Amino acid sequence: MPQPLRAPLVVEFPFTRSLGPVQSAFLTGLRERTVLGVRTADGRILVPPVEYDPVTADELRELAEVAATGTVTTWAWNPAPRRGQPLATPFAWVLVRLDGADTALLHALDAPGPGAVRTGLRVTVRWAAERTGSITDIACFEPYEGESDPYEGEPDPYERERVPYEHEHEPRPRTAGGHDGRFDDPVTGIVAPARLDYDYSPGRAQSRYLHALAERRTVGERCPSCRKVYVPPRGACPTCGVATAEQIEVGPRGTVTTYCVVNIKAKNLDIAVPYVYAHIALDGADLALHARIGGIPYDQVRMGLRVEPVWTASSRYPDHYRPSGEPDADYEVYKELL
Amino acid sequence: MTRYARDVAIIAFAQTDHQRRSDELSEVEMVMPVLHQVLRRTGLRTGDIGFTCSGSSDYLAGRAFSFTMALDGVGAWPPISESHVEMDGAWALYEAWVKILTGAADTALVYAYGKSSPGEVRDVLSRQLDPYYTAPLWPDSVALAALQAQALIDAGHTDERELAAIGARSRADAAANPYAQLAGAVPRGDMVVGPLHRGDCPPIGDGAAAVLLAAGDRARELCERPAWIRGMDHRIEAHGLGVRDLTDSPSTRLAAERAGAFERPVDTAELHAPFTSQEVVLRRSLDLDSRVRVNPSGGALSANPVMAAGLIRLGEAAALIHRGESDRALAHATSGPCLQQNLVAVLEGDSHG
Ligand SMILES: [Zn+2]
Repeated sequence: MPQPLRAPLVVEFPFTRSLGPVQSAFLTGLRERTVLGVRTADGRILVPPVEYDPVTADELRELAEVAATGTVTTWAWNPAPRRGQPLATPFAWVLVRLDGADTALLHALDAPGPGAVRTGLRVTVRWAAERTGSITDIACFEPYEGESDPYEGEPDPYERERVPYEHEHEPRPRTAGGHDGRFDDPVTGIVAPARLDYDYSPGRAQSRYLHALAERRTVGERCPSCRKVYVPPRGACPTCGVATAEQIEVGPRGTVTTYCVVNIKAKNLDIAVPYVYAHIALDGADLALHARIGGIPYDQVRMGLRVEPVWTASSRYPDHYRPSGEPDADYEVYKELL
Repeated sequence: MTRYARDVAIIAFAQTDHQRRSDELSEVEMVMPVLHQVLRRTGLRTGDIGFTCSGSSDYLAGRAFSFTMALDGVGAWPPISESHVEMDGAWALYEAWVKILTGAADTALVYAYGKSSPGEVRDVLSRQLDPYYTAPLWPDSVALAALQAQALIDAGHTDERELAAIGARSRADAAANPYAQLAGAVPRGDMVVGPLHRGDCPPIGDGAAAVLLAAGDRARELCERPAWIRGMDHRIEAHGLGVRDLTDSPSTRLAAERAGAFERPVDTAELHAPFTSQEVVLRRSLDLDSRVRVNPSGGALSANPVMAAGLIRLGEAAALIHRGESDRALAHATSGPCLQQNLVAVLEGDSHG
């Protein structure tokens, strides 16, 4: 039996999300080097802020500024950073409760080694040089040799001292300012790029099919129970729920069972429109496969048209099918394959 | 005595040999043997099944609608009554159980599968996180579990020695489990994300499992000692990691309460704790003392086919009851980071004589 095939497969997409009023204010705040939380009905301040109270499900809208300094509540040493993570050198993952907040934010802490990190460590935000309104506007946290949480032990957050600041470009005070979360130019969405790499293997049946196709043979598989021949084979008969194993060469010629006319040009596809895409029942197969029809004007393609594959030099599969010149198949012959 | 409209039982369970890679198998090729095993054990045929429900993840497979291919294995044409959850198969079992409770079916086939080998499962799992504040940082599954482990150590609930002992006990027990991927004496290994070492983490691998459910007399006909589902419930934590007390699992406790787990002691618990530290959280939340056998199968630390490992906990607990080795067992399944979502089921066998 031939080796199962393997090939790299990359799934990559920009994850585009719109923001509600709370997330918009928080991420816009980061762009402006301001950290905002949201106040709950019982006076707690949640950072990062959410739109609904995690306990009561109340809608939350009142934003409140907290400090860029805080305390590590738990941590984890990451000796081998992975792609996309905030730092490329070994760092600590941390949950940080910022001064003035009642909940903790996940981020990275730049530290020389695990010996330099502990729960209770005082840390401060290191802002990214370029900020766009994203959680990565915080480049990371770094250890901070400052005073302890000025709010520590204060029972009522409403009593907390608010230090107002006047000018956008002044250095931020390390205690919370009075920003109310309103911005002239708020961010309304994020685009989070995602990429996952796979080493894909299609399994036994599809490997057998692809190996044969590389020799320009189309090989289906027969169900041991109902005797149907599936092309391309996927390893199981969907009617009987049993494995297919007996290989049956089908085609190369076949019959168009149904088709459509494609009028819109697909991105990255160098085929002139309109063209015909068809279901083709290869001779000997009990399931139609689909392929493009060429070598005939699109408006002359019809059900029952007999076709044969056209291989191009470098191709591992038929580039398209063209008329074979045989008389059309009778409807009775292929009606079960529609 | 039951709190539900119908008595429903797990009547058969099968799982694959869990392996690091399975390049020679597509998902349907991996799933089919376990489907056939549960059917053979009960004498049922695909056409006899009232409802079919599966759990799997497109992100593991790297392909959209990947579960539709696996459906070929259950003989889904002409169309059958079928559903799918993009969750661990334990939640597929929950859906199937509800379907039977409504009276819409008397039997159900539940299966789940996951191939972690094609991708980087630590990164894949990061895509389930909140896309605004968390996912852009790409925190991997081990990193998040490590934050929870450190919180437990800081709170004095465990230490690295106890964590290592949980790993060692699980792999020692797995020596009696022919399907386990990791068994016997396994070194603690290097630090992966501190404080977690290799031995605190589950093996990465591929596998599948299947379960058959049946109601009332149908279950008694098809199985000598059905594992009756006396209660089942699932609950979820707040999604913000920094909102939660990571040393506790109130959602597990609530689900267990609602499933009736605290009404009488259980003799066995199959806990879905992929990381050693998570067993500490679950034992605390479920008030399990030393009289309860925990994870005689070796648990997820011995085989962790993602999307099937939770269903396997229910299956392993049921299999003990089928064999007469347990009379009342608790099964737990989890999903998401740091025990985000938890399902608890209480299974019982009829008393002998
Ligand atoms: Zn068949």
